[in-house]
Amino acid sequence: MSPAEETSARTSARNGWILSIPALVVLGLAAVGPLLIILLYSFLEAGTHGNVVWAFSTKGWSQILWTKDIFTDTYVWADAHLSILWRSVKLSLLTTLTTFAVGFPTAWFIATRPPRQRAMWLFLITIPFWTNLLIRTYAINEVIRNEGILNVLLLKLGIVSEPLHLMYTDVAIFTGMTYVYLPLMVLPLFAAIDRFDMRLLEAGYDLYAGRWQILRRIILPVVKPGIIAGSILVFVPSLGAYVTPRVLGGGKQMMLGNLIDLQFGQGKNWPLGAALSLTLLVIVTLALLYYVKVANGEKRNG
Amino acid sequence: MGADIAISVQNVVKAFGQGAAAVRALDDVSVDIRKGEFFTLLGPSGCGKTTLLRLIAGFEMPTGGVILLDGADITNLPPNKRPVNTVFQSYALFPHLTVAQNVAFGLQMLGQPAAKVKARTDEMLALVKLDTFANRKVSQLSGGQQQRVALARALAPAPKVLLLDEPLSALDLKLRQAMQIELKRLQTETGITFVFVTHDQEEALTMSDRIAVMSNGNIQQVGTAKDIYIHPKNRFVANFIGESNFLTGEAADGALKLATGETIRVVGLKAGGKITVVVRPEQLRLGAENDGDLKAKVRTLVYFGTDTHCYLSLSDGTEIVARLQSPASGEAGLAEGQLVGIRFADSSVQVVED
Repeated sequence: MSPAEETSARTSARNGWILSIPALVVLGLAAVGPLLIILLYSFLEAGTHGNVVWAFSTKGWSQILWTKDIFTDTYVWADAHLSILWRSVKLSLLTTLTTFAVGFPTAWFIATRPPRQRAMWLFLITIPFWTNLLIRTYAINEVIRNEGILNVLLLKLGIVSEPLHLMYTDVAIFTGMTYVYLPLMVLPLFAAIDRFDMRLLEAGYDLYAGRWQILRRIILPVVKPGIIAGSILVFVPSLGAYVTPRVLGGGKQMMLGNLIDLQFGQGKNWPLGAALSLTLLVIVTLALLYYVKVANGEKRNG
Repeated sequence: MGADIAISVQNVVKAFGQGAAAVRALDDVSVDIRKGEFFTLLGPSGCGKTTLLRLIAGFEMPTGGVILLDGADITNLPPNKRPVNTVFQSYALFPHLTVAQNVAFGLQMLGQPAAKVKARTDEMLALVKLDTFANRKVSQLSGGQQQRVALARALAPAPKVLLLDEPLSALDLKLRQAMQIELKRLQTETGITFVFVTHDQEEALTMSDRIAVMSNGNIQQVGTAKDIYIHPKNRFVANFIGESNFLTGEAADGALKLATGETIRVVGLKAGGKITVVVRPEQLRLGAENDGDLKAKVRTLVYFGTDTHCYLSLSDGTEIVARLQSPASGEAGLAEGQLVGIRFADSSVQVVED
C-alpha cells in the first residue's frame, strides 16, 4: 500500500463510524437505555404499591439471596429464590442435553438425505415455529394432563393402573421446553453436519476406528461449533422461559422468568425484579462469552 | 506362486443397482498383486479401477468373488479390520487435528502405547520430510504438503498394502513429477506393496513395477510398462498407452496384405482372416518414395521441439503418424505434399486383438 492509500484507508476507517450513527441510536434507545433503567431500579427502594422510591438501596440485590424473617427479624437464606434459580439452571441444562440427544440424530438424518428431500424435512422441523408458543404449550398440556392422551393410552394398555401426575411438575416443564426449543438445536446442527465432509468417515474407518470412535474422535469435534451454537440457542431462552413454566408448571414450579414477573406484579418489589433480571442477563452473557471464546478458537485453528 | 502374493482378487463381480438396471462396475476380475511391488490400475474414468481399489480397502462389498490378503480371505472384513490403508484422492485429512495428530490417528486406534505412537509419528513425519510441520493445522499446509501428510498417515500403521486413489491428480505438473519420484522412493524404502490407481499413462509407466490396464469393468492386460507398451494385447491397450497406428488387412503367411495392395512383413503370421497390427509412431522410418514397404504422402508436419510429428496418408486414405527425431538444424528434410516410402522394422509390428 502506498502512503497516500494508507492515509485514505485510515481516514475512512476513522470516519466510517459516522455511517453507523442510525444503528447506534437504535441500539442506544432500544437496548442500552432500558438496561440502564433496570440497573438504576435495582439500586432503589421498593414502593408500597409497586413502582420505586427514589432512595439508594442494595436491598433488591441482597434479597436475591437473603430474606428477612418477619418473626425473628433476622436475615435467612432465601430458599425459594435459590430453589427457583437452581430449577432454572437445572431444567435449562437438561433441556439443552435432551434437545441435543434428540436433535443430533435428527440433524444427521436430514443432512444425509438427498438435497431435494432436505428442504422438505427442514420445512417440517420449522412448522411448529409458525404456531403461537402458548398454543404449542397447551398442546403439550393436552398430551400429559391426567386425562390426557398419554395417560389414556397408558391406562388402556394396562401399563399403569392410575394416571401419572405429570402436570405442574418439573418433568412437565422440561418436556414442554424440550419440545418448544428442539428446532433451535436442529437447525445449527444441520448447518454444521451439512458442511461435514463425509469422506472423513471413510478415512477414519480405514484407519482402524470403529463406529463409536468415529463419532467421538471425528464427527463430534468437527461439528463442535454447531453443537455449541445450538446449545446456546436452546439454553439462553430456556433459562428465561416464561410461558412454558407458567402453563405447565402451574405457577408453583416457578422458573426465573416467572419469579421476575412476580416481583413486578403481585410481589410489588421492582428492585428485586430488576436485580433478578440482571442476574439472568449475567448468566446468559457468561454463556455467550464462552461461545465466542470457543468459536474464535475454532477459527484460529480451522 | 502363493507365498509371494499380497493381494489375490479372484473372479470379483461388483454390480451397482438392482435387477435389470444394475450396472456391472467390475465384471469377473481376477488379478494377483505381488508382495512389495508397485502395482498400478490404469484406465479411463468409469473403467472400474477405483471400484476395485474400494473393494480391496473394504469400503464396498463385492457382489461375487473372493479377495485374499496374504492368503487369508478378507472379502467380508470391514475396513477397520483390514491391515490395508488408503491415500484418498481428496486426502480426507482430519481438519480438527494437527499434522502429527493426523499421522498418529491410526496408531492410536490400534491401541498402541503413547510412547510408541509418538516415536512412529516422528519417524513417519521425517520420512515425508514434514518434521518441522508437526504442530501445524492441516489447513495451513499447501496441497503438496497435505499430500505428504496423507501418505504419512496411511503408512504409519505399517499396512501390508497401501492403496492410493489418484493421489496426484490435484497437484500441478511440477509438483506431480516431484511426488512421482517421492512415491517411488517411499515404496522402495518401506518395502510396502503399493496399489496405485490412475488414469494418467505417464504416471503409470514411470512408477509401476507392473500395470493392469482396465476398461469396461475388465482387466485388459497385466504386465510391466515395457511389456504393455511393446506388446499391447489389444487395440484398447495400444490406444490407451502411447500413440498407435493401426493397420488392418488380410493375413498371409508371414505378411499382412493391406487394402492398398501393399504388404508388410509380419514374422510368424499364419494365413487366414482379417487381422490388425499396431506400429508405434517412433518406430517408423521414412525414406525415398520407392525405398520402403508402403508408399505415403506427407500431409502435415508439426514441430514439437525434441521431435517432429509427420502426418501421412496411404494411397487408400488411411492416416498414419510418424514421430521423427528433430535434427540439429530443426529441418526434417521433408515437405508437405512430398511422397515418401515407409519402412517397418520386423520387431515394430505387433498383431493385436480388435
